[in-house]
Amino acid sequence: MSELQLKKKDITGFIFINLTRLLFLFLLAVLALVLAKIIIEGIGIISPEFIFSSPKNNMTEGGIFPAIFGTVAVTFIMILLSLPLGVSSAIYLNEYAKDTFFTRIIRTAVNNLAGVPSIVFGLFGLGFFILFLGRKMDEVLQTGLLFGQPAIIWASATLAVLVLPIIIVSTLEALNSVPKSHRDASYGLGATKWQTIKNVVLPQARPGILTGTILAISRGAGETAPVLFLGAAFFLPNLPVVDLCIGNYCIPMINPGEQFMYLAYHIFILATQSSNPTKTLPIQYGSTLVLITLTFLLNITAIIFRYRFRKILGRL
Amino acid sequence: MKESKISIRNLNLFYSEKQALSDISIDIYTKRITAFIGPSGCGKSTFLRVINRMNDLIDNVKITGDVLIDGINIYEKNLDVVNLRKRIGMVFQKANLFPKSIYDNLVFGPRINGIKDRKVLDEIAEKTLNQAALWDEVKDRLHEPALSLSGGQQQRLCIARALAVEPQIILMDEPASALDPLSTSKIEDLIFELKKNYTIVIVTHNMQQAARVSDFTAFFYLGKLIEYDKTTNIFTNPSLKQTEDYITGRFG
Repeated sequence: MSELQLKKKDITGFIFINLTRLLFLFLLAVLALVLAKIIIEGIGIISPEFIFSSPKNNMTEGGIFPAIFGTVAVTFIMILLSLPLGVSSAIYLNEYAKDTFFTRIIRTAVNNLAGVPSIVFGLFGLGFFILFLGRKMDEVLQTGLLFGQPAIIWASATLAVLVLPIIIVSTLEALNSVPKSHRDASYGLGATKWQTIKNVVLPQARPGILTGTILAISRGAGETAPVLFLGAAFFLPNLPVVDLCIGNYCIPMINPGEQFMYLAYHIFILATQSSNPTKTLPIQYGSTLVLITLTFLLNITAIIFRYRFRKILGRL
Repeated sequence: MKESKISIRNLNLFYSEKQALSDISIDIYTKRITAFIGPSGCGKSTFLRVINRMNDLIDNVKITGDVLIDGINIYEKNLDVVNLRKRIGMVFQKANLFPKSIYDNLVFGPRINGIKDRKVLDEIAEKTLNQAALWDEVKDRLHEPALSLSGGQQQRLCIARALAVEPQIILMDEPASALDPLSTSKIEDLIFELKKNYTIVIVTHNMQQAARVSDFTAFFYLGKLIEYDKTTNIFTNPSLKQTEDYITGRFG
C-alpha cells in the first residue's frame, strides 16, 4: 500500500516538474520569437550609414545617429548626477547611520522607489525640475525662458532619480558583503573609520558598485516615458552640441540646455506618429535592434563584473 | 622586574541590558605572555577587546571601571582611540588578510599612518617579515596575492602586519585555533620569540597551548575572572576547585 502511495507522489512530482519545464520553454520561445523577429527584420538595414547619419525625408530614410548620440549624452549626464549621490547615500546608510526606525523607513522607501512606474517620474521631472526649479531659476537669474523648458539636463536629472534606487541597492549589497573581519583588521591596525572605508571597504565593493551602475545605464537608456515630457524631440536637424572654447582651442561638448533625440522615444514615434508606416518599418526594426544590442552589451558587462566579484569573494 | 603594563580595575561590560563581564580586576605584566582560558561564551574574547576598545564598534555596549595602560585610563573621554589601537596590535581567530598583495597587507598600517617613502616601507616589510619568521618563505613573492599563502603563513602574515605599526602590546584571539599542529607550533614559537619585545595577551581554547607558551594564566567563567596566577601554579596547583575541574577537562 505504501508503495502505491509513493508512486502517486511520484506522478504529481513528475507532472509538476514537466509543467514548470513546459512553461519555462514557452517563455523562452516567446522571447526567442521576439528577438528573432527583430534581428531578422532589423539586420538588413543596419549599416555604417544607418548608424552614423541623420534621418531624412520625414524619417522615412536615413539613419539614427542623432538618437544614438542623444541617448548616450542623456545617460552619460544621468550617471554623472546619480552615481556620486547614490554611492554616497549607500555609504552613509550602510556605514554611518545607526539602525533606527527612521533609517529603516529610508531603506524601505529606496526599495519602493524602484517600483514606481516610470511615467510618474516623467511627470515628477516636468513638475519639479522644469516648472518649479527651472522657472524659479529663470526668475531669480532673470534669464527669461532658459532653464524652465525641456532640456537634456532635466531629462538626465529625472532619469538619475529613476535609477537612484538601483545604484543605492546594489552599492548597499556590495558594501554589506565586505566581511566584518576585514573591517576589524583595519580598525585593529589603527585605521579611522574613513580610512577603513576608503582603503578596505570601497576597493572590495567596487565591482558591485560598477555592476549597479551598468544596470542603471541600461535601464535609463531603455526608458521612454520619462523623457517624453523632458526634451525628447521628434526630429532635430542639429546635434545638441556646443563648442567650448578656451582661447583658440574649441572642444565640442554636450549642450545640456538643448533638446535631444532618444532611441527609445524614436522607436515610439516611428511606430505611432509616422506619416508613412510601411516605409519607416525597417527603420523601426533597425532602431530596436540597435537599442537592444546596446542594453544587452551593458547587461553582459554587468554579469561579467558580478561573476568576477563573486570569484574574488569566494576565495576569502 | 615584574611591572604592570595593563591594570584593569572593577570592569563591568553590558550588551544592552545583559551583563557580559562582571567586576574584573587584573594586572597584565610587561613583556610577559598572559593567557586567557575558559569555556566558550565566558567573555574572554570580549575582555580582550576591552583592551583596545574594539567593543566601541558594537552598538549598545556599556563599560564601567578603569582600564589603565601605562597609567593612562584608555576609557577617558578625550582619548584618541585610533592612536590607542596603533599601540596595540591585534591578531584574530581567522587570518583576515585583505585581498591585496603580501606587501600591501604588511604596509597597510604604516601607510595609513602617513608613511609614503617606498624605501622606508620596504624596510618595515622586511623587518616585520623577519620578526614573524616569514621572510625566507615569501621574499620572492611579496607582490603576489596574500590569499595565495597557506593558512599558517596567512596567520603569521597577520602577526607581521600587526607588528608593522610598532605596537607595545599584542592581543591574540585564538590565533591558532584554525590551524594544523605544525602551523600551530610555528605560531607558538613565534609568540615565544615576540615576548622579548612585546607584552602579549592570548585567548586560547587549547589548554596545552596556554601551559606551553604563557607566563600567567587567567581563568574566566560566566563573565567573571575566577583565578589568575602564574601559569605553573594554575596548571599544577590551582587554588580553586572550579579551575582544577576545567583544566583537567571535567567540564567546559
